[in-house]
Amino acid sequence: MKELRLMKGNEAIAEAAIRAGVDGYFGYPITPQSEVLEYLMLEKPEERTGMVVLQAESEVAAINMVYGGAGAGKMVMTSSSSPGISLKQEGITYLAGAELPCMILNVVRGGPGLGTIQPAQSDYFQAVKGGGHGDYRLIVLAPASVQEMYDFVELSFDLAFKYRNPALILSDGAIGQMMEKVEIGEQKARLTDAQVKERCPWATTGKDDNRERNIITSLDLDPNQQEIFNEKLQAKYKVIEENEVRFEEIQTEDAEYLFVAYGTSSRICQKSIQLAREKGIKVGLFRPITLFPFPVERLKELSKKVKGILSVEMSAGQMVEDVKLAVECKVPVEHYGRMGGIIPTPGEVVEALEQKFL
Amino acid sequence: MAENIVNNDIIKEENLVYKKTDLLTDKSLSYCPGCGHGTAHRLVMEVVEELNAQDQTVGIAPVGCSVLAYEFMDIDMQQAAHGRAPALATAIKRLYPEKYVFTYQGDGDLAAIGTAETIHACNRGENITIIFVNNGIYGMTGGQMAPTTLPGMRSSTSPYGREVESMGAPMKMTELVAQLPGTYFVTRQAVHTPSAVRKAKKAIKKAFENQKLKKGLSFVEIVSNCNSGWKMTPVKSNEWMVDNMFPFYPIGDIKVPEE
Repeated sequence: MKELRLMKGNEAIAEAAIRAGVDGYFGYPITPQSEVLEYLMLEKPEERTGMVVLQAESEVAAINMVYGGAGAGKMVMTSSSSPGISLKQEGITYLAGAELPCMILNVVRGGPGLGTIQPAQSDYFQAVKGGGHGDYRLIVLAPASVQEMYDFVELSFDLAFKYRNPALILSDGAIGQMMEKVEIGEQKARLTDAQVKERCPWATTGKDDNRERNIITSLDLDPNQQEIFNEKLQAKYKVIEENEVRFEEIQTEDAEYLFVAYGTSSRICQKSIQLAREKGIKVGLFRPITLFPFPVERLKELSKKVKGILSVEMSAGQMVEDVKLAVECKVPVEHYGRMGGIIPTPGEVVEALEQKFL
Repeated sequence: MAENIVNNDIIKEENLVYKKTDLLTDKSLSYCPGCGHGTAHRLVMEVVEELNAQDQTVGIAPVGCSVLAYEFMDIDMQQAAHGRAPALATAIKRLYPEKYVFTYQGDGDLAAIGTAETIHACNRGENITIIFVNNGIYGMTGGQMAPTTLPGMRSSTSPYGREVESMGAPMKMTELVAQLPGTYFVTRQAVHTPSAVRKAKKAIKKAFENQKLKKGLSFVEIVSNCNSGWKMTPVKSNEWMVDNMFPFYPIGDIKVPEE
């Protein structure tokens, strides 16, 4: 019998973390994601699974706690919203540089600066292109429902440990706050310390006579070695690009036009498809689920049979750059978006499609 | 030449009066000759060895002169972002409550950029040991003013001497953290004489042993010299330390648990 619950996106993340056997959560309150920490504190996961939950003194401390826990081979995570994620960027680039697996959730709100507490998608560049200093990538997953908030917790950890790389769930204030039906998974046991040693032979679990000491660092003062390390990182990102692309297509079979949208925007676009088709405009939706790796190949294929692509984002136009790169400008690509915490209506999106292409 | 000195043909077992702990690697220290870091490293590793805890210890290296501490200490270590070592240690200790976890930090790392992480780890009473090497200056970056630089003391960013009115007074982090309920044992030591070294080692050992009691954080400051940054000979720098640093940073226990 499947267990169904009505949950907020933020609560789904927290419950999924407990059920996935996550070892530690380190967070700091910020709207619109504080429910993650609140839910965990209320649930007492230390009694359910032994999971450690700690409210840190800052986002900076929280991400560095994640670094410590990840360096010791444990499944650890943090969550925040845009201004807090900016603060975490130092820790994130160190995590990438030390090749540590972990999960970071960004429940995006409008910016820049303190901005607003309403939903936005204006952190795409930060999530996908870097954010911190140096040449690095995060594995970026974009949920479009509360169910995906739940499901992507385990998926993000699987990918993070598979590639020894931080994974980021790029959500937004709408998905974090809205309530939907969620199918809850089985409780998984946390790994024992012996299992952690086996899975992460590189982790700082205590040096015994059987191996050399393990060092977690992102430092190499020798530029030749540092270049070799950077090449290794780039090779890893290439493998991720080859193997981990995920996307969804809705009514693309007969589409003459295409929406490209992720997260909340993709939900809006589903309704827009219906409205447009009622008007006789054949439009479909291409929804990237992984933002890095971006689904370049499939989008390129689809572009060959459509007359125009509208990238719909709650931003000034960030993902649209990757859409253009993917289709190599062989078909017109336009952007439509609202900013500052405004969610576009399905009708507005159809209007934009008509204005730009018809 | 260096190889000849440690050659077993020359130094015979029966002639040995002292042997460095096996928990220090054979890598040449990156510290300036005369610096106290080498001795502080040795003491920490001797304590881990005496506790027979190599396989149960995780150390955190900071950013600063001791950024490469993991090259010299033969235990599992993590290198932290500048000032964040207590945050790393917090998570590791909570995820592995039975392990010994320590941070090894300088004064720029602990008392400037990492002030928040230090104070909050102390306030939460994390069951860890913090080794705080205070030489009153940023050594690695070339002798800039630190939060611990003495009034009137010259550095490359206080070339006319630290002017308290505009640059602030030096911070006594150790006295500060001793005020917090989460600290269990707080002490200030030095490593400039054999007697100071013996006392410092005793304090470090106690600070590690305290982790088994689970009563809070143990904080060991080691007032040290920076002959390069202070632009003095090693001997002169130690004299200067005794005459100037010790009056401001008095050696001794600050918070001792009731037995």
